[in-house]
Amino acid sequence: MIRRLLVFACALALPLGLRADQALVQVEPPNLQGSRPLEPLTASSVVRDYLQSWTAFRAALNQNQPRLLSQDFVGTALTKLSHTIAEQNKLGLHTRYVDRSHHLQIVFYSPDGLSIQLVDHVVYDEQVIEGATVLATQPVHTRYLVVLTPSQTRWQVRFFQATTE
Amino acid sequence: MTLGRKFLLAASALFSAPLLLAQSLRMNLPAQVAAGSALSVPTSGSGQGTLTIVGPGQAIRRQVRLGSPASVPAGVLYNAGEYVAMLSSGSDSQIGLFEVTPAPQPSTLSFLAEPSRLPVDLQDGISGTVYVFDVYHNLIVSPMPVSFDLTASSGPSQTRTVTTRYGVGWTRMNSAPREGSAQFVARAAGISSTRVVDEVPGDPCNLSMTATPVGGKAKLQTAPVRDCSGNPVPDGTVVTFTATWNGGQSTVDVPLKRDIAQVEMPVHPGATISVASGVVAGNEIHWSGR
Repeated sequence: MIRRLLVFACALALPLGLRADQALVQVEPPNLQGSRPLEPLTASSVVRDYLQSWTAFRAALNQNQPRLLSQDFVGTALTKLSHTIAEQNKLGLHTRYVDRSHHLQIVFYSPDGLSIQLVDHVVYDEQVIEGATVLATQPVHTRYLVVLTPSQTRWQVRFFQATTE
Repeated sequence: MTLGRKFLLAASALFSAPLLLAQSLRMNLPAQVAAGSALSVPTSGSGQGTLTIVGPGQAIRRQVRLGSPASVPAGVLYNAGEYVAMLSSGSDSQIGLFEVTPAPQPSTLSFLAEPSRLPVDLQDGISGTVYVFDVYHNLIVSPMPVSFDLTASSGPSQTRTVTTRYGVGWTRMNSAPREGSAQFVARAAGISSTRVVDEVPGDPCNLSMTATPVGGKAKLQTAPVRDCSGNPVPDGTVVTFTATWNGGQSTVDVPLKRDIAQVEMPVHPGATISVASGVVAGNEIHWSGR
């Protein structure tokens, strides 16, 4: 197993036990443009919960098991990913996502404290598999826009969309 | 042409033939396609093939006649994101990457106004946050003006226009000086979303009472209780009268009724009577019993 590596680009303290599997994680200081002050503890919780969501994302899309998403994803993100899994199942496909690096920055914290948005410049490999046959392996460099909302115990991904860099 | 050059050409043709066959399967993917638009991918080759498109947003497959464009009809590929496309035929395949971008026209505003109820005359007391989505619920990332209008039942309306950043726009507004329901409207590219904000009177201001003797008791009555903007404080708001004397204290809680609170309570001569509502204290009266 590739050793996990975590790089801190700011004072955000990510709990060491909660890193993204096998991925290099870099966290930039928030760039909120005055929306609402962000406590460091909140910021680190958001980053931690977002990185955990990638674990669920990888497992769910690889095993075609939408229930694996339910702890980390809600709303539109959960609906869309579950729909993709249903389509994969129908086609006899599954996908293996291997995230290589995340470069994160929190860019918005709503004035009411009910949503937070981050940008993730992510590098991952997408492997499309049919049965036991790997149809394609494609490295992807993209930028995800992610909106998280608080639940009782954690931040959950409500919106998860790759966009042009 | 020299003999050596002829030999090189022949050798080149011989070795490149299988390569040409292997490369005959080709597709010309666009870098981007808008969500919900038809996708046409020119292909080369012959026979039947399969176009498979997979990403976190969707997974679809289409049969293709090689040499003709592979087409995905409008409305089929609609979730924005990065996709891997594979054109395959037998053991040959070609892989590419393209992006589905959000449709340019907004369709839905996800508008959250907070709080839904607040005191009047509060600076930056109301916040509005808008996420702008297309018809497929993709976040429209390109900057876009969003206007916020807060119109109270009385008084002038407030308007702010902001430009979205990463698909989100937000603002803060002041609550009106007069109580009532306010319409909070967010608009972007002809789409609007409305929330209602109840602006209610604030804490009592200048709380004052009078005391008059009635049959051996003190009749205590407040002046009409208003907030600092002159709005009547709602009926039911509790006003507390307290009489304090040497070694003793008596307290009565009275709800406001038609703007005033009144009660008759026994009070020791020489006691001090005070009135308060919440954290707001009113005047004090030294009770002589007459």
